[in-house]
Amino acid sequence: MYVAVKGGERAIDNAHAWLAEERRGDTDIAELSLAQIREQLALAVNRVMAEGSLYDPDLAALAIKQARGDLIEAVFLIRAYRTTLPRFGASTPVDTGAMDCDRRISATFKDLPGGQILGPTFDYTHRLLDFALAAEGNTPESAPQAEADPKPKPHVTEFLAREDLIQPELPKAAAPVDLTEGRFVLPEMERRHQAGLFREETPRDLTREPLDLPSDRSLKLQALTRGDEGFVLSMAYSTQRGYGRNHPFVGELRVGRVPVEVDIPELGFAIEVGEVQLTECETVNQFLGSKSEPPQFTRGYGLVFGHSERKAISMALVDRAMRWEELGEDDTGAPAQDTEFVLYHCDNVQATGFLEHIKLPHYVDFQSELELIRRIRAEALAGKAAPQPEAAE
Amino acid sequence: MPETSETAYNFAYLDEQTKRMIRRAILKGVAVPGYQVPFASREMPMPYGWGTGGVQVSAACLTPEDTFKVIDQGADDTTNAVSIRKFFQKVAEVAVTEHTNEATVIQTRHRIPETPLTEDQILVYQVPIPEPLRFLEPSEVETRRMHALEDYGLMHVKLYEDIARHGEIATAYAYPVTVEDRYVMDPSPIPKFDNPKLESAALQLFGAGREQRIYAVPPYTKVVSLDFDDYPFDPSKAPHPCALCGAEHTYLDEVIVDDAGGRMFVCSDTDYCASRQAEQAA
Repeated sequence: MYVAVKGGERAIDNAHAWLAEERRGDTDIAELSLAQIREQLALAVNRVMAEGSLYDPDLAALAIKQARGDLIEAVFLIRAYRTTLPRFGASTPVDTGAMDCDRRISATFKDLPGGQILGPTFDYTHRLLDFALAAEGNTPESAPQAEADPKPKPHVTEFLAREDLIQPELPKAAAPVDLTEGRFVLPEMERRHQAGLFREETPRDLTREPLDLPSDRSLKLQALTRGDEGFVLSMAYSTQRGYGRNHPFVGELRVGRVPVEVDIPELGFAIEVGEVQLTECETVNQFLGSKSEPPQFTRGYGLVFGHSERKAISMALVDRAMRWEELGEDDTGAPAQDTEFVLYHCDNVQATGFLEHIKLPHYVDFQSELELIRRIRAEALAGKAAPQPEAAE
Repeated sequence: MPETSETAYNFAYLDEQTKRMIRRAILKGVAVPGYQVPFASREMPMPYGWGTGGVQVSAACLTPEDTFKVIDQGADDTTNAVSIRKFFQKVAEVAVTEHTNEATVIQTRHRIPETPLTEDQILVYQVPIPEPLRFLEPSEVETRRMHALEDYGLMHVKLYEDIARHGEIATAYAYPVTVEDRYVMDPSPIPKFDNPKLESAALQLFGAGREQRIYAVPPYTKVVSLDFDDYPFDPSKAPHPCALCGAEHTYLDEVIVDDAGGRMFVCSDTDYCASRQAEQAA
């Protein structure tokens, strides 16, 4: 006699207990502390903060520990926590031009005001396994130190902007406006204004509003900065290989800390509430002009929490690829140019959820398919057995 | 609102602001039956694809006096149904039941209960892809335009091509319907056998978390499964009675019982089947 399978509840409880045991691993090995993860797996922590959209290295370390090192799972834990937090304000825009740079390089100018700072990078390491690391207890010698460089490090693109060689990124307020008419003086500016490219309102919050298409650039950049690093990387790579090619130079890549300030209405001025580490990339892209735009360089922009160079550069390339419409370029049908495609598929928490949900029971829909296929198949086979008259001829 | 001792989260997990946002979307959905209302779906503590849309709609509907039932594939004891029921027991401390007629809010995945629902009940569906036109047109911008213009020719062509190729409409679940003569709607992946039950006394709410959409079929709304005059809609099912309760009018699960391919058919709605068996035993 068949008895329907019961016991889902006990199975779940037991599975969770087993999972906890597996997470801990061999108890003869010392347990990882959050501080160890935060300090020694900092780039994993950075990725979880960036894609989790929450700047908190300790929480990110906890998520990584709980997720057994599965970074997408850790991002998910952070997102699910973040969404329960109240929103009590917005910071004033951070000034990345005034960043305390740990690293600042330009691939377009050999020397520039503020200088190049190589910083802590894998770039010129030889990828040889360092077996000395396997023996624990070796503290590396401290790196040579110099006095902090007080020179300001203006954005590289500002130099090009002075010669009008790069497309300006003007907020609405900074654009030349004829106030009597409330219209832009330059027809070109007016066209962009009409096209919604100059919106200077508070940027919309992707985590508090449904994604709405067509979306403005700030929303696209929000989606990219929290998008999956692998996805954004592959999209960027595809543009380099010719799918929506846009000739990027890394005008500048900088990594460092910036203060975060919040306007306090009761005080009437902004106060610093902390600082965050950011990676910023501005690409300079060749642009020979289009029907609507003169030849000049254009930009792609990437800004990511933590030290995440690969992500920031990828973001800048994809941002630039998605700007084809605004710049009057051709739509070559490349995946990276398809804003809807990129925005709807870059989020790894959404993607992994939907992908993995096919593990859930689908008995009912499968059963209905089974009956359909059996019926259509029987009819098709019956049709073959008795050939149509014209087939016999 | 009471905070539960165990969790320190708000009643039914979501904060009141978020619930209000969801309730607005629900009200709009009720006002425009079958129309997909965008809403700012939140990350929930279970993955997208596990019913986050349904969970958010349930969270916005539940009150402390409600009795909650969760089914997945018609059954109360499938793992994900157990998990969602436990979640609300923990964060809302509502009464739960496995009996359809005792529940005031029922969250479901892939089935409509066999027991007819009443005006005092809300049926909440988990929806993976809310857009009935999605597999004909991948772009959301495009499909929203098609709905706005009531441009459903593509769907009818698809159904026609099915008939030309297979002799029948080759859609067995998530069979599209027209709601109140206006919007074509995806009823979620319920078997088409369940489609006639979409005309119901209960309020039916559909939540798609990942896709950020909510839609609704208010009580006694006209819901018509798409078909042609000469190929009328056929809510077919396996041609067997239930091996446990003998029902001939219910949707059946096919169960493989031995290595030789032996199989039996049993009701997919476990509560309905169990109550019939109890009646027969009495």
